[in-house]
Amino acid sequence: MRISPANTQRMAVTFLWSLALVTVGVLMFIIAFIVFKGLPHVTWSFLTEAPKSMGREGGVFPMIVGTLMVTGLAVLIAAPIGVGTAIYLTEYTRESRFTHVIRFGADCLAGIPSIIFGLFGFVFFGMVLGFGFSVISGAMTLTIMVLPTIIRTSEEAIRAVPASYRDVSYGLGTTRWQMVTRVVLRSALPGICTGVVLSIGRSISETAAVMLTAGSTLNMPKSIFDPSRTLALHFYTLSREGISMNMAYATATVLILTILAINLFAYWLMQRFVARAK
Amino acid sequence: MMDSHDMENIPLIVGANYSITPKVTVRNFSASFNSTKVLRNINLEIFPRERLAIIGPASGGKTTFLRSLNRLNDLDFDFSMEGQVLLDGKDIFSPDVDVPELRRRIGMLYAVPTSLPWSIYDNIVFGPRMSGIRSRSRLDAMVENSLKAAVLWDEVRDRLKEPAMNLSGGQQQRLCLARVLALEPEVLLLDEPCSGLDPISTAKIEEALVELKSKYSIVLVTNNTKQAARASDRTAFFLMGELIECGLTKQVFTNPKHNRTSQYITGHFG
Repeated sequence: MRISPANTQRMAVTFLWSLALVTVGVLMFIIAFIVFKGLPHVTWSFLTEAPKSMGREGGVFPMIVGTLMVTGLAVLIAAPIGVGTAIYLTEYTRESRFTHVIRFGADCLAGIPSIIFGLFGFVFFGMVLGFGFSVISGAMTLTIMVLPTIIRTSEEAIRAVPASYRDVSYGLGTTRWQMVTRVVLRSALPGICTGVVLSIGRSISETAAVMLTAGSTLNMPKSIFDPSRTLALHFYTLSREGISMNMAYATATVLILTILAINLFAYWLMQRFVARAK
Repeated sequence: MMDSHDMENIPLIVGANYSITPKVTVRNFSASFNSTKVLRNINLEIFPRERLAIIGPASGGKTTFLRSLNRLNDLDFDFSMEGQVLLDGKDIFSPDVDVPELRRRIGMLYAVPTSLPWSIYDNIVFGPRMSGIRSRSRLDAMVENSLKAAVLWDEVRDRLKEPAMNLSGGQQQRLCLARVLALEPEVLLLDEPCSGLDPISTAKIEEALVELKSKYSIVLVTNNTKQAARASDRTAFFLMGELIECGLTKQVFTNPKHNRTSQYITGHFG
């Protein structure tokens, strides 16, 4: 029996629609499950107090601070290096063996399991450079981990800017630097922001790499040279060591809401940039 | 190369102010991409206040020639050249030339109208701003004057802050023209500026060119021989990277010296 084109079309739409539904459904289910279990325990004191008795009681304030410090610092270091590399690769050099090596290296870096980064960071930043377990060790480890994402997404965004814009800019007597900053980056900004947001998400939720580099102290980090425990690691410890599942879910809820807030903020920022560029 | 016959005739068509010193002199100019030669030994002069049309079939080197005059080809890593291009007697390829400054003196309009994704106003002031002009009143005056010169002012005067992308294709091309004029160039290079435009927009661009001729040297690359015939003083015919002939437009179109020219003009190939 042959199926008529109209019915094939209907089936295809239904099929694709259900695939999309599965994706969104799984996401919704996970978020709902965790928030349902955790939200009752997220109180004001949970957000503002230090943990007591290994995290069985008290709050997660030092972990929130630690997470923001490690992630913030990582992105602050990674974004300029990554975007700079992307600009160099796309605007300042021709395709050569050298650029292929850089790109290949970045792609390999993206595929390495995070625990390997953790081990490397532990040895290199912690021991060789002598930063020990600290926010800076963790941040630099995460920097290396998210660099490939930032480089590749920025590169894509920069390449997507029409070549004719560059011709126009040069034709109007701009230098290469003016062309890059005023024309190319201005148009590529939304894409670059997407890469940065992705890497914020990846660093904030990273556990293995920070466990070996930022440490797992319950104390509040007072500077970037102090050790710190991030929310993701705190959740891992609480659940893995069976300290308190309630507190673990509450921590996970805070983590998810933080990521959501950061994404919304970044999205809003992006919209504003785009609106201003027009 | 122009012969003495052409030289004598130019003053008659370009008016009393005509000076015989060429604005741009191209000498023994050859260009290649990788090892493929695209221009062979071109010799050509462009005079002040003239409209020179360059015609010829596709891939004859017309655009490469144009893009050599403001050194846009430099950006292509595969490009190499020999020979000289003199602007007011000074070689534009000499190492001490300020290339952005050169590109402001030799403005270019591309085949595809390309507005930057900003407002009409920002598109026009972009070049002047990048050259260091900050004064708001000066920029405002530039916007008005260049839009008037590009025959667009009346259509957009009330919506300078709107995105340039909202304009029609023909309007965008005139905006691109205004954007180049805002830099007050000395030479205007037009690379098939009307190839994608409707007849009315084409007429408006040509109308602007007539006015502009009194101030600039204009080089017009066109695939449209009729446009060359009606909108130029002299015509050069390029074929396969060589300059076949160059002379007064009237003469090239009515009495071409070369067989290939006459075949092209009459539509036998190209």
